[in-house]
Amino acid sequence: MTNHWVDIRNANLILSMGGNSAEAHPVGFRWVTEAIEHNKAELITIDPRFTRTGAVAQDKAFIRTGTDIAFLGGLISYLIETDQIQREYVLNYTDAALIVREDYGFEDGLFSGYDESTRSYDKQSWMYEMGDDGFARRDASLQNPRCVYQLLREHYSRYTPDMVSSITGITVDNIQRIWKKIAAMAVPDKTMTILYALGWTQHSIGSQIIRTAAMVQLLLGNMGMPGGGVNALRGHSNIQGLTDLGLLSQLLPGYMTLANAKEQDYRAYIDKRTKQPTVEGQVSYWKNYEKFHVSLMKTWYGDAANEGNDWCFDWLPKLERPLYDILDTFERMSKGELNGYFCQGFNPLASFPNRAKVTRALSSLKYLVVMDPLNTETSEFWKNYGEYNDVDSSQIGTEVFRLPTCCFAEDEGSIVNSARWLQWHWAAAPPPGDSRPDTRIMGELFLKLKQLYQAEGGVFPDPILNLTWDYRIPADPKADELAREFNGRALEDLTDEQGNVTRRAGEQLAGFAELTADGRTASGCWIFTGCWTEAGNQMANRDNSDPYGTGNTLGWAWAWPMNRRILYNRASADVQGRPWGPEKAFIWWDGEQGAWVGADVPDFPTNSPPSQGQMPFIMQPEGVGHLFAGQSMVDGPFPEHYEPFESPVPQNLLHPGKERARNNPAARIFDEDREALGKPEEFPHAATTYRLTEHFHFWTKHAELNAIVQPQQFVEIGEALASEIGIVAGDWVKVSSKRGFIKAVAVVTKRLRPMMIGDRQVHHVGIPLHWGFTGVAKKGYLVNALTPFVGDANTQTPEYKSFTVRVDKV
Amino acid sequence: MSINVTRRQFFKLGGAGLASSSLAMMGFAPEPAEASIRQFKLTHAKETRNTCTYCSVGCGILIYSKGDGSKNVEQNVFHIEGDPDHPVSRGSLCPKGAGLLDFVHSKGRLEYPQVREAGSSEWTRISWDEALNRIARHMKDDRDANFVQRTAQGETVNHWTTTGFLAASGSSNEAGYITHKVVRNLGMVAFDNQARV
Repeated sequence: MTNHWVDIRNANLILSMGGNSAEAHPVGFRWVTEAIEHNKAELITIDPRFTRTGAVAQDKAFIRTGTDIAFLGGLISYLIETDQIQREYVLNYTDAALIVREDYGFEDGLFSGYDESTRSYDKQSWMYEMGDDGFARRDASLQNPRCVYQLLREHYSRYTPDMVSSITGITVDNIQRIWKKIAAMAVPDKTMTILYALGWTQHSIGSQIIRTAAMVQLLLGNMGMPGGGVNALRGHSNIQGLTDLGLLSQLLPGYMTLANAKEQDYRAYIDKRTKQPTVEGQVSYWKNYEKFHVSLMKTWYGDAANEGNDWCFDWLPKLERPLYDILDTFERMSKGELNGYFCQGFNPLASFPNRAKVTRALSSLKYLVVMDPLNTETSEFWKNYGEYNDVDSSQIGTEVFRLPTCCFAEDEGSIVNSARWLQWHWAAAPPPGDSRPDTRIMGELFLKLKQLYQAEGGVFPDPILNLTWDYRIPADPKADELAREFNGRALEDLTDEQGNVTRRAGEQLAGFAELTADGRTASGCWIFTGCWTEAGNQMANRDNSDPYGTGNTLGWAWAWPMNRRILYNRASADVQGRPWGPEKAFIWWDGEQGAWVGADVPDFPTNSPPSQGQMPFIMQPEGVGHLFAGQSMVDGPFPEHYEPFESPVPQNLLHPGKERARNNPAARIFDEDREALGKPEEFPHAATTYRLTEHFHFWTKHAELNAIVQPQQFVEIGEALASEIGIVAGDWVKVSSKRGFIKAVAVVTKRLRPMMIGDRQVHHVGIPLHWGFTGVAKKGYLVNALTPFVGDANTQTPEYKSFTVRVDKV
Repeated sequence: MSINVTRRQFFKLGGAGLASSSLAMMGFAPEPAEASIRQFKLTHAKETRNTCTYCSVGCGILIYSKGDGSKNVEQNVFHIEGDPDHPVSRGSLCPKGAGLLDFVHSKGRLEYPQVREAGSSEWTRISWDEALNRIARHMKDDRDANFVQRTAQGETVNHWTTTGFLAASGSSNEAGYITHKVVRNLGMVAFDNQARV
């Protein structure tokens, strides 16, 4: 979330799209109802289904799954053509006025630089035009046909209400009514917040859907504003934290990135990531990259890392392919290219697409290690459970180890909620039996490996033998030690420009501004610096006071970065540093104090006066929000609608007859998985998977109370489709895709209605995902038997939310 | 018997069950008050602050356990409720979170390390030492056999692609951090958490 849960109450309009927070985040959703009750806000939901979020919405529309860019792209065109944008904001705080290179173009659904053989783009032309001074060229009149604003206008001019209607299935009347309500938020003192979740990420165009939302918010002037923002409602209690800590194939902690194989030179690696301003005088905070990087290397390697050896740059693995994501890994595993695999609190047999392929892949491993509090399906993938898991154990040669871990109630530490708050928790009891915390398991396992390397030698032992490990009990590192380590400390005395000591050696650092690139500081995750300072554990703070009445409780827990609660909050004030309106006052420039002050920690250099001309988006080299993504996305600088890889509609209506532009042209799909895509004739219905209020993923089927209130697997089918296939509520149905099937009880409902797409009627089939073959609920089928093995072009997040099925009476 | 109940204690009682909510209906107020005959069940409980483990709202919870923390006394969790001081959740829990206690005591909780040998159709209980020794042996054998120091083009990569690791987005930052520190320094690159899906 750029903003936070309580801040939703400051919104004047709430757009819920690609998510269903009333059911998936019920307590957070109370701040939506608070805004409706006490801020006269309206809630608009746009979803394929009538959800419980939609049930309390003032306005709603039903959209065909996977077509959100069409709706939002049309909205962008509407805002521009009717001149309902926050003009001062757009001109100063976005790249609307910057000029784009001549050779950038878009034709037949493809951006310039496409190479069909590699399904990728040469992104060279996706750049601003640079002037002789080395900075991006600009046209403040917004009239230059090559400026971002005019290119944006041209790009979305194709997204007319009729076109949007024919793609999304929403009637033109409904489209225009909702666009009008959203456009009313372009005035400076009104804001819309956008709430989304996995209903946006789990598409082959997922990242671009979210970008379209961010572009809408920039045009409306809603980024950095209380009650505004683009708010990802994340799916797990600490999925934000694990992302922040970089537990993803290409990342290091704090959104730093591993080098690829071509990046052999340390200086070139650093320079590429050290973003210098591309507009004169801007902050461009990533210019400090080396400080963050060296502080990480000092944390991990201590004295072994020094300037002379490039801080052990070569000790970190380098990437030979763009991503070693889970789809790539299971593709390789299915071909026998992996020997070992660890699942720490993760249940891939249930959670990954095309379950048949996942079973095949796991069966080819030599060893599998499952660390979990629960007996997951993955840990028993080799065990026959009849039709629920139809395998022959004797034919599966994988050695499987299952290690019992603690759950939350037995664990101490911090987790990061969707609002970036690090909240500390304490253990209430010991775990059952001989279960152990993950920290201890990783500690012991590492020490055993280190002993083996010490005793036997082995390949490239350097990072193993030199890894810092100064824990009180080496085999059992404690949460407080680890939290202090990722916060960071001074390794030597730090001094200011006059030579005064500002930080003694050994002291905890108060913020990442103290980090240095010369090896005098250590920090395991620079964005978390400030969470455990000399003043103690800031994550355990419990002051819930709200002195400005904005819902901003700075004394409760600690938020990264630097305890800021709303990102880009400098944009809540105009160019002169005054709030856009009295109702939206959040931080502002105080000329007497010579500082930015207000309800939040300014996301800006505190003493940089408005007259200095620094702009609010300090992480961007231009200082402004990007309507034009430049080279940061792999599939285009402007989002474009492409059909899901499995779609009930045979072509992309924006590009009829252009087969290359039917699906995302830059999305990776393996040959075998392309063969496993269904055709509309055989699998005619759009299907989507989702969560229910009473369950959390595949966990709560192990909890008795949740199993009682929602005991049995079902699928939701609209009345029209039910009568077409001759079933009534309570009948058993078989839902099949090209890859597998599930059987479940049919809930025949008015919540799903057929929609007209072009000349065809499309039904949606709703598939809740919570059942499996372990747990105390009734046994059920893993729904990812159905889903396709293809992911978002940028992130490789699988396309669980849009695929096709057929439904038969059992 | 007359007791003094502070406002905070009153709300704790109020969240605790039917007995206290019916008292509230009779106009029971947080001032000198008549106590129920039975000792209130949370009175001697240890209260521990924690955060709900399910979605990302991060609702504050209070875990109540029996046992006074003294030596040879094991705490046993018997009640979980929302933390009324929490600025987001203000004491609420949703239908998922309302079942947290049953997650803690689920029949599906694992208790001992186990191994399923190749081709077998059952689990065998083993010690932690045996489990970790065997796992470490597998890892080292695979790493030593398949670790790539240089590509065919002579580029230094120092990576290990034949063992992969999925980390848990339900675990704490501290577990995540040490996991990253260990996994990356073994050279692993096939490394993701639930954020990937």
